[in-house]
Amino acid sequence: MLKVSIYRYNPETDKAPFMQDYELDTQGKDLMVLDVLELLKAEDPTLSFRRSCREGVCGSDGMNISGRNGLACTTPLSEAAPKGKLVLRPLPGLPVIRDLVVDMEQFYEQYKKIEPYLQNDNPAPAIERLQSPEEREKLDGLYECILCACCSTACPSFWWNPDKFIGPAGLLQAYRFLADSRDTAADERLSKLDDPFSVFRCHGIQNCVNVCPKGLNPTRAIGHIRNMLLARAV
Amino acid sequence: MVTTVTSFGRSGVFDWLYQRVTAVVLLAYTLFIVGFIFFSDDFGYQSWSALFAQGWMRIFSLVALLSTLAHAWIGLWSVVTDYITSRTMGGKATVLRVLVQMLLGAVAVYYAVWGIEILWGV
Repeated sequence: MLKVSIYRYNPETDKAPFMQDYELDTQGKDLMVLDVLELLKAEDPTLSFRRSCREGVCGSDGMNISGRNGLACTTPLSEAAPKGKLVLRPLPGLPVIRDLVVDMEQFYEQYKKIEPYLQNDNPAPAIERLQSPEEREKLDGLYECILCACCSTACPSFWWNPDKFIGPAGLLQAYRFLADSRDTAADERLSKLDDPFSVFRCHGIQNCVNVCPKGLNPTRAIGHIRNMLLARAV
Repeated sequence: MVTTVTSFGRSGVFDWLYQRVTAVVLLAYTLFIVGFIFFSDDFGYQSWSALFAQGWMRIFSLVALLSTLAHAWIGLWSVVTDYITSRTMGGKATVLRVLVQMLLGAVAVYYAVWGIEILWGV
């Protein structure tokens, strides 16, 4: 029997959050954590969590799984509960709406700040803006982010200053546009990042790298942004 | 862009660079002092006061002292703005943060003046 302990909080009925214990017969299968949640929800329909694609593409079911942020749909029990005990909590640092559902507003607010779209003031060509294979290669490891928020909510700097520090997810995307040969707004983008909080609250502890379910490296991208800021400042 | 008026240089890249430059100065000074203590044959009051009687040593020490103050301000300012915020402790945090920063500033000025007195007073 798998023991599952889940963070429960319904602000309409509960005074405070609490951990609720469940037991589940997995019939020896190495289920994904999301499968466990679905089976438990069939028994207890009040259990709330987000999910959509169930294959690690949409980024809806980011949560804290046995102490480590990850996607429930791509984390197997063999990894999350090797000793038969699974602990599920919402992503740390963000306000809880209910159970495992968090309010992502602060996260999206930072994403919005970095203007996550191509900016180019040159006249648009007849067909499309071309990129060489080498230029396109620079976006590898950046464009794959699914904005699940596992990285930013694993970052202490984001916990303390979610309103000022862009966070690893936002900064990875900031570099995705700084590195894009079709974008001409690099200087304006950098000007908006050159304060003691937006980029420089990153102290390089690499919690983000450690938890990213897509295997991306925000710390490296932040290092590139820092070098770009340094290059134009000295 | 987040606006700040109490950070060392008011620019993230400035603070970042100065913290690293001052770290290198402090490393050089520490290695020099430790090296002097362990590798001079006649280490004692005579050699120590002779060392600090020289102009370049006083300037090197002053640069190291100022580096310590800049380095500490940048680092502690980060700590203070991480933990003493209205997010962690409510509305009174701003008053407390300003007081702590004023105290740190006063300590920095005190150490700077005291250090100069010591270096040029012996």
